This record gives sequence, C-alpha cells and structure tokens, in this order.
Amino acid sequence: MEYVVQQLINGISIGSIYALIALGYTMVYGIMKLINFAHGDVFMVGAFVGYFAAKAGLGLILSLVLAMIVCALLGVIIERVAYKPLRNASRIVILITAIGVSFLLENLGIFTLGAQAKGFPDIVNKQQYHLFGGVEIDSVQVIVLVTTVVLMLLLQYIVHYTKIGKAMRAVSYDLEAARLMGINVDTTISATFFIGSALAGAAGVVFAIMYPSVDPLMGIIPGLKAFVAAVLGGIGIIPGALVGGLVLGIVETGVQSFEGMSLWRDGVAFGILILILIFKPSGLFGKNVREKV
Amino acid sequence: MKLSKKLIAVTAALTMTLGMVGCSKSGSNGDTIKIGANFEMTGDVAAFGNSQLQGIELAVEEINKDGGILGKKLEVIKADNASKADESTRMASKLITQDDVDVLLGATTSTNTLAAVPVAMDKKVPMLTASATNPAVTVNDKTGKVNDYIFRACFIDPFQGTVMAKFATDKLNAKTAVIYTDVASDYSKGLQKFFKQSFTEQGGEILAEESFQTKDTDFKAVLTRIKSLNPDVIYVPGYYQEVGKIVKQARELGITVPMMGGDGWDAPQLVEIAGADALNNTFISNHYSPEDPDAKVKNFVDAYKAKYNVVPDAMAVLGYDGMYMVADAIKRAGEVDHEKIKDALANTTAFEGVTGKIALDKEHNPVKAAVILEYKDGKQVFKDKIQP
Repeated sequence: MEYVVQQLINGISIGSIYALIALGYTMVYGIMKLINFAHGDVFMVGAFVGYFAAKAGLGLILSLVLAMIVCALLGVIIERVAYKPLRNASRIVILITAIGVSFLLENLGIFTLGAQAKGFPDIVNKQQYHLFGGVEIDSVQVIVLVTTVVLMLLLQYIVHYTKIGKAMRAVSYDLEAARLMGINVDTTISATFFIGSALAGAAGVVFAIMYPSVDPLMGIIPGLKAFVAAVLGGIGIIPGALVGGLVLGIVETGVQSFEGMSLWRDGVAFGILILILIFKPSGLFGKNVREKV
Repeated sequence: MKLSKKLIAVTAALTMTLGMVGCSKSGSNGDTIKIGANFEMTGDVAAFGNSQLQGIELAVEEINKDGGILGKKLEVIKADNASKADESTRMASKLITQDDVDVLLGATTSTNTLAAVPVAMDKKVPMLTASATNPAVTVNDKTGKVNDYIFRACFIDPFQGTVMAKFATDKLNAKTAVIYTDVASDYSKGLQKFFKQSFTEQGGEILAEESFQTKDTDFKAVLTRIKSLNPDVIYVPGYYQEVGKIVKQARELGITVPMMGGDGWDAPQLVEIAGADALNNTFISNHYSPEDPDAKVKNFVDAYKAKYNVVPDAMAVLGYDGMYMVADAIKRAGEVDHEKIKDALANTTAFEGVTGKIALDKEHNPVKAAVILEYKDGKQVFKDKIQP
C-alpha cells in the first residue's frame, strides 16, 4: 500500500512537470495550429535564466519571474522573426522553421554556455514530509503541482474570460475572418507566444529546482514528453494538458515500478502517443472537428 | 540522423584519400613529436576530458622544459569529440590522417575510447587511453586477441568492480546489494558485471539489477522499488550527471544505506548536483587521492595547483601519468616510429607514475593499486588503498 502511494506521488510529481510544459505547447497549438518545437528550448533558456538569477542571489519568486519575463520576450522575438514572415505559408513550412529555431537555440546554448551540465543552486528551502509508513513527499513536489494547477486555471481564465482571450479564440477559429472583424491578429499571436513562452520559462526553473542540473540540451526530452502529454489530453485544450501530463507521469512511473521494467518507460510513453493518434487523434478531451471544405 | 550519416560517409571518403597521402611518409620527420589528443572537451563528460587535457599539458610543459624527448619537443594537437562515440571515431581518423600524429591519447570514457580503437588499429598508430576501464579496449571482444596498438594507464573494470565488492563485504559488512546500471554505457555495464560476480562469490546476494539510461532525470520510481527491497548497499556504476540525481533522489525517498560507485562519480559537479548532505555515506573506487601521503603525489598536486589553481582530480593525474608513460616509451624506443613506440609501450615494466608503479600485463593492462574514497560533507576523504 505504501509502495503504491509512494509511486503515485512520484508519478504525480513528474506528471505535473510534463503538464506545466504541455500547457504552453497546447496553448500555442490551440491558437496557431502550430506545434512549436522550440518550446522545449525556450524551457531550457528559462532554466538557465533561473540558474544565473539564483547564482546572483535572487530567491525563488524573483528567479521565477525573471525567467518568465525573459522567456516571454524571447518567445515574442522568435515569433516576430521566424514565424511571422511565414504567416501565409503552408503549415509544414512553419513546422520545419520551428525545428530550425529549436536547433538554433540548442547550439547557441552550447556555443555560449558550454555543453557541460551545471549544478543548480539550492534556492528552495526543501522540507521533507514523512507520511505514514515511510512514504516521503517534499515541498518542491508540492510547489510544482500547485504551480501547475494555478497556472492552468489562470490560463483558462485568460483564454475564456478576457478580451485578449476572446481575440485568441477568434483567431484560432478563423484567422482571416478575425482580421476582417477588426482583431489585430499579429498582436494576438504575439500575446499567445508571450504567455506560452512565459509558461515554458516557469517550467524550466521549476524543473531545474527539482532535478538540479542545467545544460543546453535539457529541453529535448521533457519537450517531447510534454508534446505527448498535450496530444494525450487533446492538443489545444488547456485542461487536457494537465490531465495528459499527470496520466503520462503516472503511467511512466507505474511501468517502472514493476521488476525488470525500468527501461520500458519511454517505450510505453511513445507507444501511448501512437495508440492515441490511431484511435483518438483528438485526444482524451478532444472533440472531433470536421475540416471545412 | 540521415544528415549525420551522410556527413560521416563524406568524411570517411575524405579521410581515406587523405590517408593515402599520409601513408607516403611514415611518422613525423619534423622537429616535434606530435601527440594527438582526442578528448571530451564539450558534452556530457567534458569535465573528464578537460581535466585530463590539463594533466597532459602540465606533463608536456615539464618534459619540454627539460629539453623534450630525443632532442624533440612535444606538441599536443587537440581534437574535441563532444563526448560522442561517432565523433570520437572521426576525430581519431582526423588526427591520424590530417595531422599525422605519432601517438594518440584519449579518450576518457570507455565508450568513446572503444569508438576510436578500430581507427588506431587500422592505421597502426599507437594509442594510449589514460582512463578507459573497459577490458574490450585492449582486448578484442570477438576474437579474444590483444589490440597490439592500444594501451592504457589505468586499472580495468574487473578490478574496480572487484575492489568495490570486496570493500562492501569486508568493510561495510554488506550481505545484500542492488545494482543500478546505466545500460547506455559500456563502462557502467563492465563494472556491474564484475561487481556482481565477485559480490556473489563472496557470499553476498544481489537482490535486483535495475537499469537507467544516460540523460534520464527522474529515478524515483525505480528507487522506490529499491527501497522496498531494503538492501545493505546500492551499487551505482554511472557518471556524475545521472549519479548526482540518483543519490539526491534516493536520499529524498529516505534511502539511507551506503551507495557506492566507481571513478565515473569523480567530478566537482557531482557535489553541486547531489548536494553535500545527500553524498554522505557514499563510497567510490578511484585511481588516486590528493591526500595520499606519498611524496610523488604531493609534488604533482603542488605543481598542478600552481598552474591551474585547483586540486587535481583523478582524470588529471591519469592524463599526466599517461603522457609520461608515452614519453618514457618514446625515449626507450630511441626513435619516433609507430612500430618501435608500440613495442616500447608493450614492454613497460616498471614505470613510476604518480598513481603508483605501473607494469603492463600481456593484455596491456596496468597492474596497480586502487584507492577507496568516502564523501564527507561534499569532500572526498581517503579511506583505504587496495593492492591488486
């Protein structure tokens, strides 16, 4: 019993990280229909900003805010420079550009910061809580889960109850029609990237606190996993990212909790992606939407 | 992926043509002896590569100050393999065919060294690795024949695994153990195999063998299972980046038993990642300790500190010893010739290095002592020295 509970805690804690990254992924996709592969690398930049902020003696909140601001600006710059000129190009062109941006950020990171992993300073006073029968949980795990849920609710609020959110949904529904209705499409898309990248920055810092090392290629695997989580929950649907992330985390942990299965984790994660794409391409929370002809 | 394969093909074609040009003159006829250094200057284990290069450069500086070898100065040509096996292969052939080096040094890890072995064997250039501990580096796995151009300056995985098993049973009174191996690393698998063998021979029981992969970040699922098995010790033969996270997460889950590993743990980043507290009650086997009272060790540590302002780690001392071992062999060979240097290296019988007296056995493996270090508040403390 304790064993199951402990594994469940492990699963939820890693799942909430996936969910946090997946939120930004899914939001950009929801508005722009673009899988922003550079998202994982913006996440990496966020972790590094957090690293330097923490080294400079800033605390958790300040490091987090700083990382979110830097990443938000970076996201807007990326959108303006790389994606905006391609607004009318076919979707595959923008997708390839996103992959290009991702490589650019990774290699720029290696070039300027070196490929070596650096240890992340302790900025959270970690509390260890002993629950019944040797079950352990620590404050970082709780912080991550709470951060994720709060940010998801905030995002849900922005998208559904604010003016910019309404504009986002309109752009998502039909970009041309939105423009005709007087919505400033470019600003709306920039806002989308601003928020999405800020989320990636937050996730980067939180990730680095939980697994205390940062390196320029650290965004690749979490980025991919978050993508799986987003697809699992239904890409473009904000609560779907949370559920998808948690399900993925729990499944991965569950697989590893059986003897001799420690290497099956990634296989199962990507197997789920394939199954979802075959049987329910719109994800757990998705509705089937007919393409207009 | 496809692109990099194409790149390799193109490079291979290029190196083949260049190789033919290079063959026309054997060895270097210039006034320097060229040492090709194929190292991990960037990437996952860059800490190892850079440390070893510093050790090598210190040795070269000293040798050149004393007038070089056979009247010639040593010249180190560095190549970065980015901690990747395929890059290591490329860099080895680049050094041989383009730079026409007389001796190859590197790489630091077994995986990257194994990738360079076929190149050196094929081009018949003597190669010495100072720290690759996998047996297959000097003895071909498939044919069982000795790779006659490949040498090493460190003890091998069987010895590290055996030493740690001995230490666990004798000093830690361990009856049961769990092994947690990096399946993506030849080094890790080598240590795992020999630890298991000698631990069971001494009456211990292996409760479980778990695995992870390089680049993993979350280990809690498997660690929770290990915790439920309640072993006396946990053996984690991996590299510092993953090991640091494993140790940290294990302690967070309330695993308090001793954790042990090999020289792959030995990097300053380990303490940054795991935290000093989590590292208490962990033990590693290593090549040397800067606290060793031996005079030779002390002189080296002082010289290294004077030049780089840090205490040398094992990689640095191995690089230093490796360079001197090569220099010693070239001196004994009497001329700068691939064949003669190779034969002289094979005949190393009483080389006095900082890490101890080195004699190479028939399989080009040094017979020398190992030290056990314990982490106390983030510092390595000399615990024991175990003779072969």
